[in-house]
Amino acid sequence: MTETYIARSTAIAARVLGGEMMVMSAVDSTFFTLNEVATVIWQAADGKTPLSTIVTNHVCAQFEVEPEAARRDAEQFVESLARHGILQVSDHPFENAPAAPGGSR
Amino acid sequence: MSLMQQMNQRAFDLGIPLGIHLDVTYRCNERCVHCYLDHDDHGELTTTEIKDILDQLAEAGTFFLTLSGGEVLMRRDFFDILEYARRLTFNVQIKTNGVMIGLPEAQRIRELGVEQVQISVYSHRPEVHDAITKLPGSLQKSIRAIRFLKSQGLNVVIANVMMTANMGDHMGVRALARELDVIYALDPTITPKMDGDLSILNLRIPGSELNAVFHNEDLVGNVAEFCAPPPPPDDDIMEAIPCSAGHTAAYITPYGDVFPCVQFPLPTGNLRQKRFLEIWRGSPALEEVRSIRAKDLPVCSTCSHVGSCTRCPGLAYVEGSMRGPSTADCEKSFHRTGIPSANMLRKARVGTAGPLVQIQPVMA
Repeated sequence: MTETYIARSTAIAARVLGGEMMVMSAVDSTFFTLNEVATVIWQAADGKTPLSTIVTNHVCAQFEVEPEAARRDAEQFVESLARHGILQVSDHPFENAPAAPGGSR
Repeated sequence: MSLMQQMNQRAFDLGIPLGIHLDVTYRCNERCVHCYLDHDDHGELTTTEIKDILDQLAEAGTFFLTLSGGEVLMRRDFFDILEYARRLTFNVQIKTNGVMIGLPEAQRIRELGVEQVQISVYSHRPEVHDAITKLPGSLQKSIRAIRFLKSQGLNVVIANVMMTANMGDHMGVRALARELDVIYALDPTITPKMDGDLSILNLRIPGSELNAVFHNEDLVGNVAEFCAPPPPPDDDIMEAIPCSAGHTAAYITPYGDVFPCVQFPLPTGNLRQKRFLEIWRGSPALEEVRSIRAKDLPVCSTCSHVGSCTRCPGLAYVEGSMRGPSTADCEKSFHRTGIPSANMLRKARVGTAGPLVQIQPVMA
């Protein structure tokens, strides 16, 4: 099975505000806020870790969710953010890891 | 409530400095007649100090970062600072005159994912613009920069400060903005110099011109709506905060001083002596700013404009009291609606301002 790798785009602004991630695309100024699960996926999107591992090690480990449902939701989330250019998706690991956004919690 | 409004509300509730305006230098290659700054370098923050401040701001939760000056590109390390800021994933806006922006600089700004670049243009006529900036050829260079930035797909805004020297030219600048396919923003506010010198307020446009601007459909959209009488004050209005300064926004000078806003020079601390969050959370001056609600304003709380006035607490502070009126905003409310403000009526009663129709901005 082909693995999916995800990396945060460099053309975004992002910050954690009160436990919720805010993301804005510098390309089209689209603004998103991510829920807790999506924030976990976003923060783990280092371009090196396969999405399946992120789902298992981060999402399923931190939230009470069935692995299959978590995988499906994660794929939908990735597809949506990739459409707006704020997540990059590849079937190979990315060479340069993106910066991790900080912020208040 | 939009997503952005929700975010602002959350930042307000949590006391997070969501937006920071950082002037990286006061040095400038232009000498604009209305500028409020002292352009000499009195010991600017070093590259390392600025990077450390950016780390602190990211940790504090700042999302929107405006890099301004002076002219930002007077700093040779500007792109180093910008790159660092973007690595910390701030949403960055740059304010510049564009004179030093060529194609390579525009490309670099694009590569770094800057949200918006704001360029000051005072007139579509070189003889007027260059007379204001006192830099020959500056209009041509600023327009060239805008073209380079647009060629990179960047979001550009022309900021048109309106003053006596250019008050007939705003429609020309607007047409220029349309031709360049950039956003146009008109600002009729001239602020006192940071050292308290009020002499440049003589450059403020007269009330008649302000009135014409506010009743120009091309500039304000729906005139009837824009110039509508203020809503009757209710509890929500009286409990409202004056603006975001000191609540979710702050300003940092090139020397590390922290103020509530670029127009609100109230000393709250210096980043060479204290960490940002120590100032943000512990400054008694900021606490005082945050304690003020519309109902606490001795004159403005009695004014019919209290719910719709653009009253700037910073300009009020410079005028004498952060709880007092800002005369420039009283003027705006009056010329927008035709209804005199409580401050104007009070001055008329004590005979300091003369007949209402002659009321002019402070020191004019």
